[in-house]
Amino acid sequence: MQLRDSEADADFRARARAWLADAVPTLAPEPDPTDWPARRTRDTQWQRLLFDAGYAGINWPAEYGGRGATPTEHLIFLEEANRAGAPDVGVGFVGQMHAGPTLIAEGTPEQQDHHLRGILTGDHVWCQGFSEPEAGSDLASLRTRAVRDGDHYVISGQKIWTSHAQVADYCEMLVRTDPEAPKHKGITWLIVPMDTPGIEVRPLVTVQGSAEFAELFLDEVRVPVTNRVGAENDGWRVANVTLSFERGTGFVGEMLETTRLHGELVRIARQTPRASGTAWDDVGLRREFGALAAELDALWAFTKRNVSAGERGGIPISGGSGFKLAYGALVHRLGDLALRVLDRASLSFDDIGGLPTGAQVHGKLHGFGVSTGGGTSQIQQNILAERVLGLPREAR
Amino acid sequence: MDFALSDDQRDLTDMIRRFADDRFPTETVRAFGEPGGFDRARWGELAALGTFGIALPEDDGGVGLPVVDMVLVHETLGGALTPGPLVAASLLAGLVPGVLEGEVVPAIVDRPTHGPIVVEHLRDADVLVVVDDDGLRVLPAAAVTARHIDHPTDPATPVSVVEALPDEAPIGGAALVARLRLLGSLYASAQLVGNSEASTTLAVEYAKERHQFGRPIGSFQGLKHLLADCLVRTEVARSSVWAAGVIADEPEAGDLARAVAGARVLAAKAGTENAKTGIQVHGGMGFTWEVDAHLFLKRAWVLETQFGDPDGAAEAVADTLVG
Ligand SMILES: Cc1cc2nc3c(=O)[nH]c(=O)nc-3n(C[C@H](O)[C@H](O)[C@H](O)COP(=O)(O)OP(=O)(O)OC[C@H]3O[C@@H](n4cnc5c(N)ncnc54)[C@H](O)[C@@H]3O)c2cc1C
Repeated sequence: MQLRDSEADADFRARARAWLADAVPTLAPEPDPTDWPARRTRDTQWQRLLFDAGYAGINWPAEYGGRGATPTEHLIFLEEANRAGAPDVGVGFVGQMHAGPTLIAEGTPEQQDHHLRGILTGDHVWCQGFSEPEAGSDLASLRTRAVRDGDHYVISGQKIWTSHAQVADYCEMLVRTDPEAPKHKGITWLIVPMDTPGIEVRPLVTVQGSAEFAELFLDEVRVPVTNRVGAENDGWRVANVTLSFERGTGFVGEMLETTRLHGELVRIARQTPRASGTAWDDVGLRREFGALAAELDALWAFTKRNVSAGERGGIPISGGSGFKLAYGALVHRLGDLALRVLDRASLSFDDIGGLPTGAQVHGKLHGFGVSTGGGTSQIQQNILAERVLGLPREAR
Repeated sequence: MDFALSDDQRDLTDMIRRFADDRFPTETVRAFGEPGGFDRARWGELAALGTFGIALPEDDGGVGLPVVDMVLVHETLGGALTPGPLVAASLLAGLVPGVLEGEVVPAIVDRPTHGPIVVEHLRDADVLVVVDDDGLRVLPAAAVTARHIDHPTDPATPVSVVEALPDEAPIGGAALVARLRLLGSLYASAQLVGNSEASTTLAVEYAKERHQFGRPIGSFQGLKHLLADCLVRTEVARSSVWAAGVIADEPEAGDLARAVAGARVLAAKAGTENAKTGIQVHGGMGFTWEVDAHLFLKRAWVLETQFGDPDGAAEAVADTLVG
């Protein structure tokens, strides 16, 4: 059992660090977080730099344009990118973490040719149309219909909580193709170009004040049958192909960002006056800072366990769902601590006193995104209890 | 980086686990705490496996494995609720003659700055090793004036209150003490991880068997979620304890003091919270002396205060945060 870099890993790290040190400063400054077109531009500009330097799709096989690197190297790159202040995957999330790997595993050669390169260059931005108003945690109860008409599917229905839909080119969409079949059996996975007639995107504003996700209204949207990934009615299995990946390491970038936010809060606490001394002199607060740092260290180690397990073939469920559950709870605790430190400065999304206080308020609210998006904490608890601990299923 | 168990590590822990289950069944564990219950023969068998010398160099009579393997062994022993001065023996094998072989039973105490001096296993020990900032002192246990407590909280861990610790000349210096404290804390945390997993396993088994409202209680989401949280606490704590173990072997991989302190925070939480959940899941049975659920909680209380406590550990981690 080892944590230290192997010689090859150390070499990779040094080269990545040097490249990042040169590349990051060439980026345009961060845009206003509510300006999605500007965010897309910046995120995809960064993705293009990564692609040209051979750092896109680090863990994708080389035959699909990736770097074909080991999961460990992927982790090292994410770590170094965060250290260098590089952008997180941003609007590239669904394409790179979800749709791309799904197409690699299940797509036709034509689909792979048409899509994978665009995901890696940043030219194609994807969104995920899984959830519906009546199908959230109970995703398999989705009702959006796709009816076969010659060599097309005709889609009608509604999707919701579709992140980045306003700026996406393609949507990975789950639709019902057989309403008579048991609910998990009649679902199909489709690639839906977002400029297809009949798609209306209505942005939804989040508690953080930005239109991060949207509702999709689908009215007789015609999509070629060749856009189907996997067999008709086999979409549930296809959707699950990459879920363990998303749950296992999909949150690494975010977790590093949370670690940075924790460090920034330490700095704020040291500068925040209290009746005597600063907030940092309050032993109760300091202990919570220490406990959260311990937990961040532990989750980083947990990630390394998951990556090592992945290199040996597959991240166990306890690694994927367990990580997400623990991470969600951690973000909420960090948010609580931030509000205790900021006190009335937390009444403002804008920075106060020359300190990055707004980011902490955002972080506090972001906790709900983590503990809800991608399967709520309660759903992760159900998964762990039934599939890992082997407890009997509930009467449903 | 390869942060997963090797086949050899799996074999080692399987071997220890089988031995512990066979030679230290629950009745034996409970009996160890009774006056005269310390079974020197079984203790000797545990020592003969090489347990206390896992991380001791072969030239000193040990097995010569890395510290992280000793961590895994303690995790396994903790899961089996193995009784006796396991941490003391692991720290003192190679330092105090006879401990490695199980012939000399040691007790160890880190001289407290406040409160009573409470020492585990002193009643059954041959030597008491006192650790403080400037070194360690080895005393014959018989030379120490102590009051043996009739009703220790953990029935399998006898404790004694020492009135005054004699002031002999220390052997070993501050550097040795620092290392012993870190390893002592780490091994106790490792036992807490095993403890947290085993208390959960016991509760899960019960939840599958026990029926109420015509169904196994484990099908109720209220219990499922409690138990899923136990699983997660164990896995998070295990990650931090293993990382600290690796860092003890590879100092360049991290800050050992921070890693050990962080592991303590998470292992203590996993040990006590999971054991409490385990008792609750057992309902009225959980409140009985007969069911083992309480033994996990009481042992967790012993372990979480060995060589440090969670609050102090959280502050120690905070002290490393430069901001
Ligand atoms: C920031 C964010 C981004 C998202 N992005 C996308 C996206 O890009 N694409 C997409 O398709 N979806 C997306 N989602 C949707 C997300 O997957 C769903 O919100 C989530 O699965 C929960 O579904 P729901 O909102 O319908 O809540 P509900 O399912 O209605 O749940 C409400 C509450 O009930 C609890 N609950 C429900 N069922 C159970 C049960 N069986 N046992 C115990 N408790 C239960 C839940 O835990 C929750 O607390 C996003 C959500 C968020 C917050």
